[in-house]
Amino acid sequence: MLEVKNLHASIEGNEILKGIDLKINSGEVHAIMGPNGSGKSTLAQVLAGREEYEVTDGEVMYNGNNLLELSPEDRAREGIFLAFQYPIEIPGVSNTNLLKTALNEIRKYKGEEELDTFDFLALLKEKIKLVDLDQSFLKRSVNEGFSGGEKKRNEIFQLAVLSPKLAILDETDSGLDIDALKVVANGVNKLKTKDNATLVVTHYQRLLNYIVPDFVHVLHDGKIVKSGGKELALELEDIGYDWIKNGSPEVVK
Amino acid sequence: MSNTEVKKIEELTNQEYKYGFVTDIEADSLPKGLNEDIIKQVSAKKGEPEFMLEWRLKAYRHWLTMEEPTWPNVNYPPVDYQDIVYYSAPKKQPQLESLDEVDPELLKTYEKLGISLEEQKRLSGVAVDAVFDSVSVATTFKEKLKELGIIFCSFSEAVKDHPDLVKKYLGSVVPYTDNYFATLNSAVFSDGSFVFIPKSVRCPMELSTYFRINAANTGQFERTLIVAEEDSYVSYLEGCTAPMRDENQLHAAVVELVALDNAQIKYSTVQNWYPGDKDGKGGIYNFVTKRGACKGVNSKISWTQVETGSAITWKYPSCILQGDNSVGEFYSVAVTNNLQQADTGTKMIHLGKNTSSTIISKGISAGKSQNSYRGLVKVSKKAKNSRNFSQCDSLLIGDKCGAHTFPYLEINNPTAHIEHEATTSKIGEDQIFYLNQRGIETENAIGLIVNGYIKQVLAELPMEFAVEATKLLSISLEGSVG
Ligand SMILES: Nc1ncnc2c1ncn2[C@@H]1O[C@H](COP(=O)(O)OP(=O)(O)OP(=O)(O)O)[C@@H](O)[C@H]1O
Ligand SMILES: [Mg+2]
Repeated sequence: MLEVKNLHASIEGNEILKGIDLKINSGEVHAIMGPNGSGKSTLAQVLAGREEYEVTDGEVMYNGNNLLELSPEDRAREGIFLAFQYPIEIPGVSNTNLLKTALNEIRKYKGEEELDTFDFLALLKEKIKLVDLDQSFLKRSVNEGFSGGEKKRNEIFQLAVLSPKLAILDETDSGLDIDALKVVANGVNKLKTKDNATLVVTHYQRLLNYIVPDFVHVLHDGKIVKSGGKELALELEDIGYDWIKNGSPEVVK
Repeated sequence: MSNTEVKKIEELTNQEYKYGFVTDIEADSLPKGLNEDIIKQVSAKKGEPEFMLEWRLKAYRHWLTMEEPTWPNVNYPPVDYQDIVYYSAPKKQPQLESLDEVDPELLKTYEKLGISLEEQKRLSGVAVDAVFDSVSVATTFKEKLKELGIIFCSFSEAVKDHPDLVKKYLGSVVPYTDNYFATLNSAVFSDGSFVFIPKSVRCPMELSTYFRINAANTGQFERTLIVAEEDSYVSYLEGCTAPMRDENQLHAAVVELVALDNAQIKYSTVQNWYPGDKDGKGGIYNFVTKRGACKGVNSKISWTQVETGSAITWKYPSCILQGDNSVGEFYSVAVTNNLQQADTGTKMIHLGKNTSSTIISKGISAGKSQNSYRGLVKVSKKAKNSRNFSQCDSLLIGDKCGAHTFPYLEINNPTAHIEHEATTSKIGEDQIFYLNQRGIETENAIGLIVNGYIKQVLAELPMEFAVEATKLLSISLEGSVG
């Protein structure tokens, strides 16, 4: 589904991603871990098409197409969804309105009819239960005045409504209490099919107990320095990142 | 051909005459320049009664003693008033054969606005089919209005057919001495609309200049007068969301509203004059005087405006709250992009007891534009227990534009209750990216954010108008981010 090769990206002249290789197939869950500032969010944003970042080298293929040539909205319409680490507030625009516009633009892109209003509202009501948010959040302005945890749940709610092919969750777990964490993880798991894939960015093994990854990658200083199965996350939990910082990843073996 | 079709075609061929917007003057025009002789000729050509000419001349003589105002926060090269043609008979637009002959840019905009093909033809001067909805609808409307005693006609027509009403109310709200541009208008006004709603009549439909086939020909000095007698109601729509192009650079209109006891007037405008190109060349200067007098007790006047066009807009729809318990409202969205400048706002003058006013102003600035809100709330000594609520918000798109707020308060009665709120916000790139990431393209993303911001004002517009205004806004702001 997604194949990243030797991806280099920089912002304002500073190189942040220094050669990323990553392959994600449908049906898989990948986790990316790594210390603060290692470039996890940068990778997520570059994949989503944030224009502030300049891709200086490498390529990204997505379902056989060159992803880097697509505009951010076309990437979204092709099924890439980013749950933001810091969800943005949009005053005056209700969640319902945002999702209606989004869903219809995506459907139009695919040559599908607009969704009938009743069907659409039914869809929202069904999906919002998945993240245990009150119906009143449908009418509220997007993320405005939401608590940190509510914002994260709202991202997963949007994910559920838009049902993308590749979901990228950027630290969706941070700021969530343990119950909310279970709710969110449960939501993500329910959306999992053999045709879609998930890329989870996290600092904590905790989340991975609920969203069980097939692969774990460790990002450090803009490069993936180690990949492994879900056990890798447990090891990291035990020994931290010092070993990479000390420049001897061999220790883990 | 069926009987009804024949009838419709007949109606249509009689259309121009019926509406009276094409006056019975031979196509000709007067030379450039302004002097008493020109004014006499304008009046004569329009076949006006004596009182009208007198009034024009008084205005002209007064205008000569005035100076052009410099206080608005706008800049423009001096206007040469001797270089303007003050009278030309309504020009027949060249008839085109089909839409293929129309400027494709214009068609694109029509499409975005969702204007029907037939309507597109009418707006761009293509010959239209005989069975054309809004025209036949307009005809039926006219008859219905007549039955109720409502007068809705061109100003020129009113001067001839209803001279007593015109004499009684003309200048009663905006006197010919009022201000530089209103005085000029009083001397040379070309045409406009006249509305009279008799006692206890509720006008059953939105009156709209839209139905006037020759609306584009009312000229650069438009004049409108609306009178609502006791216990009556009227909602009036001015303008059109379709882009309006005009060769006249200066537009100085005057609108006067009079509401008697318990009467209510709702006046909505969508202004979309040509703003000029990206460098600001060729745009319209729109200097308007709009004022309503709540003369009677419990009367109410609401102004709702969506301003997106013109290179320069200078406009302060105001309410004089004279009757006790009268209510004034002002809801405004003013958008400026590229090099546009707008200095707009309102004046609420509280004279009667228990009068109240509401001001909701939403400015949106993009590009290198300048957008100013200027508002006055004045409470006179006698206006006991008057109230005002003002909310003036500015939204900035990009960082080269400016928003300015100039609220003025003159409170002469201690029982007045005045509230003022103001905010400034910015559409951020992270908001746009967030919406892009949900599959929404930038233009629609801005539309969504802007609509959220102006919701309160849009709610005041009649439904259809609101839908068009929404689309219009996103078009006006096209290319303003990134
Ligand atoms: N405009 C910029 N100029 C220079 N450096 C920048 C700029 N923007 C981001 N960076 C740097 O890029 C690096 C990677 O940031 P990123 O947000 O991708 O980290 P992260 O791995 O997601 O960290 P965290 O775990 O804290 O979320 C950081 O060191 C950050 O300071
Ligand atoms: Mg991050």
